[in-house]
Amino acid sequence: MDTLDATALARVQFALNIGVHILFPSITIALSWLLFWFRLQYARSGAPHWLASYRLWTRVFALSFAMGVVTGIVMSFQFGTNWPNYMNRVGNIAGPLLAYEVLTAFFLEATFLGVMLFGMDRVPAWLHVAATLLVALGTTLSAFWILALNSWMQTPTGHEVVDGRLIAGDWWAVIFNPSFPYRFIHMLLASGLTVAFLVAGLSAWRLLHAPDDMPVRHTFRVGVLCAALLAPLQIVAGDLHGLNTLEHQPAKIAAIEALWQTQRGAPLVLFAVPNQRMRRNDFALELPRGASLILGHAPDAELKGLDAFAPDVPPVPLVFFAFRIMVGIGVLMLALSWCGALSLRGGRAPPRWLLWPFAGFTFSGWVAVLAGWIVTESGRQPWLVTGVLRTADAVGDAAEAQLGASLTGYVITYAVMLIAYIVVLTHLAAGGTAAAAPQPAPPAS
Amino acid sequence: MSLDLPLVFAALLGFALLAYVVLDGYDLGVGMLMLAATREEQALMVASIGPFWDANETWLVLGVGILLVAFPAAYGIVLGALYLPVAVMLIGLMFRGVAFEFRVQALGWHRELWNWLFWFGSLLAAFAQGAMLGRYITGFKPGFEFLLFSFVTAASLCGGYVLLGATWLVLKTRGTLRAKAIVWAGWGLAWVALGVLAVSVATPLVSGTVRLKWFDFPATLALMLLPAATLASGAAAVIALRRLRRGASQADWVPFACAVAIFMLAFAGLAYSLFPYVVIDRLTLWQAASHPSALRFVLAGAAVVVPLIVGYTAFVQRVFWGKVQSGLYEQH
Repeated sequence: MDTLDATALARVQFALNIGVHILFPSITIALSWLLFWFRLQYARSGAPHWLASYRLWTRVFALSFAMGVVTGIVMSFQFGTNWPNYMNRVGNIAGPLLAYEVLTAFFLEATFLGVMLFGMDRVPAWLHVAATLLVALGTTLSAFWILALNSWMQTPTGHEVVDGRLIAGDWWAVIFNPSFPYRFIHMLLASGLTVAFLVAGLSAWRLLHAPDDMPVRHTFRVGVLCAALLAPLQIVAGDLHGLNTLEHQPAKIAAIEALWQTQRGAPLVLFAVPNQRMRRNDFALELPRGASLILGHAPDAELKGLDAFAPDVPPVPLVFFAFRIMVGIGVLMLALSWCGALSLRGGRAPPRWLLWPFAGFTFSGWVAVLAGWIVTESGRQPWLVTGVLRTADAVGDAAEAQLGASLTGYVITYAVMLIAYIVVLTHLAAGGTAAAAPQPAPPAS
Repeated sequence: MSLDLPLVFAALLGFALLAYVVLDGYDLGVGMLMLAATREEQALMVASIGPFWDANETWLVLGVGILLVAFPAAYGIVLGALYLPVAVMLIGLMFRGVAFEFRVQALGWHRELWNWLFWFGSLLAAFAQGAMLGRYITGFKPGFEFLLFSFVTAASLCGGYVLLGATWLVLKTRGTLRAKAIVWAGWGLAWVALGVLAVSVATPLVSGTVRLKWFDFPATLALMLLPAATLASGAAAVIALRRLRRGASQADWVPFACAVAIFMLAFAGLAYSLFPYVVIDRLTLWQAASHPSALRFVLAGAAVVVPLIVGYTAFVQRVFWGKVQSGLYEQH
């Protein structure tokens, strides 16, 4: 019982940290490319509204990046403090991938961020554009390595077992494991959508206060069009990712569909309250043969149920509901962004009725990203590395008192940070691009 | 002859940790000095570290990353034993990092609150790092005398960071702030002298392994070069600060260079004392090393990338070379 409690605490603590952390990379990955585009447009046209957008959103970027850095540092330590046996068993694979992330990506973004934020008057324009580009490359490369490791934990390939420890037999197969390309693209698009709705949403807040702020009207348009472009792409990418999961992690799909028994002509469960203890669905609303048709492409295709994987069954209600939240937000994003794109066509001014839903959807990307990560991480349980290492076997011997005390500290810290972050963002939004204009520097003494 | 991979990675780990301690040391030190400055001076102090702090903290991630990659067994033992001080350090670093960004956006008492959190986070992180060092040197042994020892190392490291931060400000600022920083650097130096002395006396007392290493004639005679050089660096710093105070010299970089030299010498002494252990008395670096396949894969990348990182870090330092301009940070 003691180890179980320590495991639970270690998991809650790690989940909290990684859940807070992912919010910020999901902004910085795509926002860095948007900033590169703003900066490039300004370099080419010299039009001041590009510079105004660049300055405003650079502030949001700096803030998000700082939040990502500090929570990321915590993560690099918690691998060791919370999961020492994880590193013992698979450190020869996880370690190098994390090291490559730091070496090739983290330093690049963190160093050139300084030039990007403070160097505009100190370096030639081309170098400032290049610094912005290097930051964007860094964030994307960072996502590449982290998702390579995460995907390897989901669908491990390319490793050998020597003396009970895993070593890489073929690094190429480790990195480009079967689920990696799908997960990487799914995450990049998720970041794109998060930023598109953040940009459109904060701009909408500003336009509700000051409808004539032209640069903000312009950024609103950019946000809406990006969202309208990315939402359908994400739905296709998500579907392909799902089919890949069916092939390599069928237990996760069974949990998503709340399919308890292996059967032909499996129904699509639209809504239910999965009952893990009794292994059945309460209050189920089903579409007959739906799941077989979607996943097996035939009305009587056989689908594996959770009984085929017992006792290694993920927490079904969590995975089931998180998946429906993610998909639900995705569908709403598609509808809203297309409505927006249609009503803005031909350079029309944004109608007021459109601004409210976009303002409400400012942080919708965060909810979808968190729901998606819960699906994929909880859907892998009870494994930490599928078929190789169980989560319960990876936990260390940190005392419950230590875990509990530090957890309290982390919860308070994160609460303060998140509240401050959102307050500052809405404050920036209310001020619009005018708030980001440079203050006149006092004369040097 | 084949490469001794664990030794190469131990050197790389040392390099990353030294880079972290010196680089983040000066910005943690500036943070700890925040409350001693006026509002206008605080803006300048923050501006002096603004372009660098993100990258400076990255060295910590590299250090812990190399420990993880190269010495996974040690990584588990060290971070497991240092669970609480690590958590305290991380919380300190988090408050400091975000306070840094938030204080720019805030006005009135909000800004005062973030300034205070910036100071407190810096102090917390520095103190926790010093305590971790003390626990590490003594092999995480329980007992009052060992806790007392880590308290001494924690206080000393805080002093070291204050010295780095103050000399950094001498280098980066002008006028009254520079004059104040010269005074702070003097105090920092005294604090460091006391700290180095206390840690040097206490270390052989708490660790038999270190005692044997230190009093092993005739190697001891060569080893005496380290304290001698440390003393020389300290003396050079005192002279340089005195000349600067009298306005006799414009070499604002000298005190900072002396502070860095003191850190490097202390670090060399530590490395000599612990070698070949990664966890003292328990694990040598060869026992803790991970599989050669992992080490070779990382080394191939590191050989290309680390020189690049050093190169562009130097480039960015050059871009922002010279005295900081007021309100720089507020401009972006």
